[in-house]
Amino acid sequence: MTAVAAPRPATVDAVARGRTRRAARRRLVVAVLAVLVVAAFAASLMIGQTFYPPGDVLRVVLGQDVPGASFTVGRLRLPRAVLAVVAGLSFGLAGVTFQTMLRNPLASPDVIGITSGASAAAAFAIVFLGWSGTAVSVTAIVAALGVAVLMYTLAFTDGVAGTRLILIGIGIAAMSKSITSYVLSKAGAWDFAEALRWLTGSLNGTTWGATVPALLALVVLGPLLLVLTRDLSGLQLGDDTASALGIRVERTRITAIVGAVGLLAFATAACGPIAFVSFLAGPIAARIVGPNGSLLVPAALVGALLVLVADLVGQFALGTRFPVGVVTGVLGAPYLIYLIVRTNRAGGSL
Amino acid sequence: MTTAPSVPAPDAAVARRPGSVRLLWLLVVVAALVALMAASVVVGSRDVGWSDVVAALGGSSDTIGQAAATKRIPRTLLAVVVGAALGLSGAVMQGVTRNPLADPGVLGINMGASLAVVVGIAWFGLFSATAIVWTAIVGAAGAAVFVYAVGSLGRGGATPLKLALAGTATSAALVSFITAIALPRGDIAESVQSWEIGGVGGATFDAIGTVLPFLLVGFAVSLLSARSLNSLALGDELAAGLGERVVLARGTAALGSVLLCGAATAVAGPIGFVGLVVPHLCRLLVGVDHRWLLPFSAIAGGCLLTASDIVGRIVARPSELDVGIVTALIGAPFFISIVRRQKVREL
Repeated sequence: MTAVAAPRPATVDAVARGRTRRAARRRLVVAVLAVLVVAAFAASLMIGQTFYPPGDVLRVVLGQDVPGASFTVGRLRLPRAVLAVVAGLSFGLAGVTFQTMLRNPLASPDVIGITSGASAAAAFAIVFLGWSGTAVSVTAIVAALGVAVLMYTLAFTDGVAGTRLILIGIGIAAMSKSITSYVLSKAGAWDFAEALRWLTGSLNGTTWGATVPALLALVVLGPLLLVLTRDLSGLQLGDDTASALGIRVERTRITAIVGAVGLLAFATAACGPIAFVSFLAGPIAARIVGPNGSLLVPAALVGALLVLVADLVGQFALGTRFPVGVVTGVLGAPYLIYLIVRTNRAGGSL
Repeated sequence: MTTAPSVPAPDAAVARRPGSVRLLWLLVVVAALVALMAASVVVGSRDVGWSDVVAALGGSSDTIGQAAATKRIPRTLLAVVVGAALGLSGAVMQGVTRNPLADPGVLGINMGASLAVVVGIAWFGLFSATAIVWTAIVGAAGAAVFVYAVGSLGRGGATPLKLALAGTATSAALVSFITAIALPRGDIAESVQSWEIGGVGGATFDAIGTVLPFLLVGFAVSLLSARSLNSLALGDELAAGLGERVVLARGTAALGSVLLCGAATAVAGPIGFVGLVVPHLCRLLVGVDHRWLLPFSAIAGGCLLTASDIVGRIVARPSELDVGIVTALIGAPFFISIVRRQKVREL
């Protein structure tokens, strides 16, 4: 990278070695995370009321007919596990995009109300308008974009201050949650389990019909965000430096917002706002990877791993079947508090 | 002003508002409260005539209208009492923390009371009404201490941003715990909704009677701390210079406020934003003197909650909307507007 013609001083070599070492560590972490995600995915296909050995599961996935396993694994567990991976990747990717862009670990879309806006819209479309499938996803994405624009506009008084954006987001989140509660209460019989899907997120009763739109969104929008990786890191240096580096600041920012909000909205329309995944994935990935390189891929993998493991824990580790959002909520909230405590201690002005 | 940057600046005209204007506003607010109480008995999924209301007040419940009024009278009283408690509690909290975003809902204190009650019911077989009130107060106090401790770490002390974030995070954690505790218990999962969203629908005179002594103590302690809150508003050093025992004064006022919101949550579930909106509106009417602000906030809190309850009954006819949902819908935009008014430096 550094074009030095003369004999290179020792420090340059040291820097180069350090860079290679960190890149190697990053590759290793990504590989390990990917292996773990695959393992958790396989586990969630095998474990359940009846245990199926890996051979059976593999044959079902390859499309062969296995008595018993074809229905249980193919129709019940596979869409659920695929949605867990897709939602985890989407939430992780979108979360870390927002955190990177706004330069604040607390500015994740579930803290600042974008996810809850999407959830309120999805619940509204299903309960009041009787819609399903793609129409619900579209409603969710329109609402999520609307919330993002509204928040940005409200926070804009000569420049967007991060602190104000977060506080306004908290207000919007409170409002969206109460709209969700309103919609659910109008639904007549308060079905606790169904209500939980739109309040904390749940994978129960997942079908291919819900999984496919989220999967397609990830296939389209995921690469879009990954292409932006370099520009997003540039934005972290501040708008002026970034544009001096040749990054088109506004275009990058708008593309990133649209991409991230789209991912969130499709995933939320499928399984509800799984609590704290987009908030947790980025900081955890940063902890593992260290301060080098982009966090997008590791954070996405961490998100997928979180959802898969939390869903397994929620289903089987405890006496009752908990929806995945309750598990991630119980895990995530203490971490959020820890993060606030640590930031406050360090004297940072959040 | 430099010592108390967070509380809206007492500009000279407001601070020296003549007593007659305040008295006038007092009459207006009391009249509004009476009118809302009357409306709350009459309006609902079935409107009731005045003759039925009068008959119901006399103890009769022969017609459907009279029966409806008999149910709405305790409900109205509960809304007034709980609203007053929350409004006053919020005003005291904003004074104690010198923080314009303080509110028992925003800071997660109501949720602390809720979680304590759910734990008590689910794990310790709690069922006596008095025990539930005590549990709620302990939970509220625990959450208040925790959130304030987390929010005030580090440089700058308890800034609005840090307190609001700590409160939101704590609320989210507590809701998750409430759900996790209630879900395996089919027997209580049905009623758990009322511990996540507050409402006054199931009011009875018995419930009001149980909680009233706690609220009265809370009202007394809070109202008596008005003078020390005035000194505290000048900043800790200046208050100490004026002969105020700062820690004691702050502790007493906080205790009164926690008593109020804990007891209110015990009887009506967690209701947010009343304590945020009311003191801000009252400050516009009567200025920043806590001796006026506190009683005003109590009365106006009763007005707001009664009005929200009426709205909740009208918009969702023939069913009804929990008052906690209505207050959040009204209060959250208000929260946002307060945030927008503050300078970034003060957040």
